[in-house]
Amino acid sequence: MDYEIVIGLEVHCQLLTETKIFCGCSTHFGNPPNQNSCPVCTGMPGALPVLNRKVVDFAVRAGLATACEIIPNSVFARKNYFYPDLPKGYQISQFELPICVDGYLDIEVEEATKRIGITRIHMEEDAGKLVHPEHEHGVSYVDYNRACVPLIEIVSEPDMRSSAEAVAYLKALRDIVVYLGVCDGNMEEGSFRCDANISLRRWGAPELGTRAELKNMNSFRNVQRAIEYEVERQRDILDGGGLVVQETRLWNVDRGISMSMRGKEEAHDYRYFPDPDLLPVVVDEAWVESVRQSLPELPALKRQRIVADYAIPIADVEVLTADRAMADYFEAVVKLFAQPKAVANWIMVELMKFLNEDKTSITQCPITPQGLAELLSLIDEGAISGKIGKQVFSQMYSAADNDPRQMVEAQGLAQMSDAGELATLVDEIVAANDDKVKEYQQGKVKLFGFFVGQVMKQTKGQANPQMVNQLLKEKIG
Amino acid sequence: MELYNCSLEELWQRLEQGEVSSLEVTRSVFGRIAAVDDTIAAYLETDEKGALAQAEAADECRRKGEKTTPVTGIPLGLKDLLSTKGLKTTCASRMLADYRPEYDATVVARLREAGAVITGKLNMDEFAMGSSTENSAIKATRNPWDLKRVPGGSSGGSVAAVAAATAIATLGSDTGGSIRQPASFCGVVGMKPTYGRVSRYGLVAFASSLDQIGPVTLTVADAALLLGVIAGHDKRDSTSVDLPVADYYGALKKDIKGLKIGVPKEYFGAGLDPEVEAAVRLGCSQLAASGAQLDDVSLPHTDYAVATYYLLATAEASSNLARYDGVKYGFRADDADGLLDMYRKTRAQGFGDEVKRRIMLGTYALSSGYYDAYYRKAQQVRTLITRDFDKVFADCDVLVSPVCPTPAFAFGEKVDDPLSMYLSDILTIPVNLAGLPAISVPCGFTKAGLPIGLQIIAKPFAEETLLRVAWHYEQLAGWSGHRPTLAGEAV
Repeated sequence: MDYEIVIGLEVHCQLLTETKIFCGCSTHFGNPPNQNSCPVCTGMPGALPVLNRKVVDFAVRAGLATACEIIPNSVFARKNYFYPDLPKGYQISQFELPICVDGYLDIEVEEATKRIGITRIHMEEDAGKLVHPEHEHGVSYVDYNRACVPLIEIVSEPDMRSSAEAVAYLKALRDIVVYLGVCDGNMEEGSFRCDANISLRRWGAPELGTRAELKNMNSFRNVQRAIEYEVERQRDILDGGGLVVQETRLWNVDRGISMSMRGKEEAHDYRYFPDPDLLPVVVDEAWVESVRQSLPELPALKRQRIVADYAIPIADVEVLTADRAMADYFEAVVKLFAQPKAVANWIMVELMKFLNEDKTSITQCPITPQGLAELLSLIDEGAISGKIGKQVFSQMYSAADNDPRQMVEAQGLAQMSDAGELATLVDEIVAANDDKVKEYQQGKVKLFGFFVGQVMKQTKGQANPQMVNQLLKEKIG
Repeated sequence: MELYNCSLEELWQRLEQGEVSSLEVTRSVFGRIAAVDDTIAAYLETDEKGALAQAEAADECRRKGEKTTPVTGIPLGLKDLLSTKGLKTTCASRMLADYRPEYDATVVARLREAGAVITGKLNMDEFAMGSSTENSAIKATRNPWDLKRVPGGSSGGSVAAVAAATAIATLGSDTGGSIRQPASFCGVVGMKPTYGRVSRYGLVAFASSLDQIGPVTLTVADAALLLGVIAGHDKRDSTSVDLPVADYYGALKKDIKGLKIGVPKEYFGAGLDPEVEAAVRLGCSQLAASGAQLDDVSLPHTDYAVATYYLLATAEASSNLARYDGVKYGFRADDADGLLDMYRKTRAQGFGDEVKRRIMLGTYALSSGYYDAYYRKAQQVRTLITRDFDKVFADCDVLVSPVCPTPAFAFGEKVDDPLSMYLSDILTIPVNLAGLPAISVPCGFTKAGLPIGLQIIAKPFAEETLLRVAWHYEQLAGWSGHRPTLAGEAV
């Protein structure tokens, strides 16, 4: 039978604040276990949480970027359950009154735009991490470095109808939080993680089918695979006349299947209630406005604008805007050297090659936008050839003092464009290779390259290639 | 008079004038502890070595003419739910029997900063849950006025120590009457400040929206002095309020002529001991004679306060006490097989019956399907109770009532009947629900020689008025400062 697939996503983003959500401990990743901890984030008796204002700022940023309404008096609630990585026996989260509600995100699927509703965004603290050493049987350790690290959870409406839509939504959302600077978007390390609620219903059925919740998918690829697996699993059950059970399932990357983690009966009763240790979070109009003013241009709009302003292909724009800093770099160069396509090519071919080799980001790039623009101007003016340009670029990348004009001058790399000098050189080469000229004129046209090569060799590559071509054509036809 | 028998106010003045040293006062108090604490059992742990060092430091400070406070060099005791760095903080529970905090509660830090001498940690009902201190997992504290009777609770140790002169003053905590009720049972002054007036950081939580730390003292003036040291905003407690702290002590003697005093009729209802009623009514007329104006008022939702309290306080407690799971600190059952079994056995063995009862009640009140009927409804009723007070405070400056319907009861009298135990807080609980400041001041004795307390309640953050009325009453009535005669003492 044919079914409609219904998917909703819950996305957790670890926020890029310097300190934790309810205490002053560092959020720095990779410190020795329990180094980033204090009485508050280890749940010592009597310790109390105090909200980090930056977390509210980030949540409002995410809310405004996804067209949410910002709730002026949102409330923190306690989610009660027992687990050793949860030091207080409850997680401080938001429940009845989250900070953002009723937003949406437009995604592009198969050349069409689709609007995905965002139910809510709320703030919460992360849990710690259990460590089970292999060599110590029956012993586990807890590392509370991650406990109390701030998260926002972004909950979508069940508006997605395919795994492709789910992945498109997830990618768009990731782009946004990364652009906003609120999350690093790293799925492998778990700072951007996603749970999926999936159900099937017969076409036209008004009510939703029973859903399963999928967890533990740490890449876009795995989200896609896990959803597709789940859709097939439910289809088989329904086709066989069975009923889908409401449950939580874990995706097993290695085996490419999902397995039941807990059923509805084992579901926790979290006994949410407002946290009496924290006051309602008051976000007034002025605060919202100041966050709105500070929002960067969002990825979708930026792409549209760059395509329109610079007339470069959409495929190039996608590459250039994948990273906000890269897009800024591109625009900074174009501002100084107004040939967008050339700038795009140099960034995508040369610059990205170097950055990738170094495994570094554009923010660490040793070549400034001014430097690159200057280099492109030198090529454009004909002062150096494109080939020499690449050589200079390579030097600029590794040198501390990297003004291209000075480099070209100091190393005598300037292109030879003196027509008289080049003509003399061409005459000499033609005279010295009488036999090759004959062969060429008898039809061995490939030899033209030989003459060009000779000129280049004598000029150490600095001869203006267009002029050399022209002079040779005039001379040997 | 022995130094341990002096009030904080008197010792402060004598220390400032150099008539006595803190070392002498501290030695006197520890001598008293050695003499009578075996009988009273107020202390769970004393820190004589630390206290003597602090006393020497205080004396040194005065010798050098450095800045001092009213508590510099004064021996003070702490209820054993206030976190003290390096000093055991057990909450009178098996669960925390060996727990030593790695940090000081804000009030403790403020006392240390002010140069106080910390004598030790005082007994209480386990996790502050109880009204008699019989729920302590460690020992039973006796009422110094009648050793067969309870001191009240949950701050029974804090109160018995002041009554028995084994501390000059102490700090307790009040969630539903836990300072005021035992103060009335033991004939001392006990005050609960406005919710938010004193930082809760480091106070081991029972019910976070109700808990408040307050002074237990021999006189009202002592309470004013001690509150002045511990009150004030703390950035570590989001519920502490950033309001200036008045000079409570300096304002005590200001006139109370023309002040309007409300007498809530619901607080004089059925079940009120006639001797208690007579003493409190007399207190009211004494206040009227001094120029205050008495008015009968009504707080119509009073009847719902106990039920409301036992839903909200237990709900919060069920969550607050979840952290005692055997994972990080405190007790862990050693016969457990696996994680779930460790949780179950640790909590079954680590908590006493009353604590478990309240965790179960609170868990139930928050459970899916019951939340609206219990927790949410209780929050709504809490609002109604608060509004009752708002209305009467539109016309009155303070309210006066009994603290507890009865004087101190005998050991064992109510342990098997939790509901009757809960009802002993019926006149103190509404104040916590509304977050108001209130005080228990001695107001006489029954024929059997048991102390009676008079409760004064004021508007939010009107501690200055509260203490002023209490001080004037104390001067008129003259019941403060009386000492019980303990076995072995000359009469």
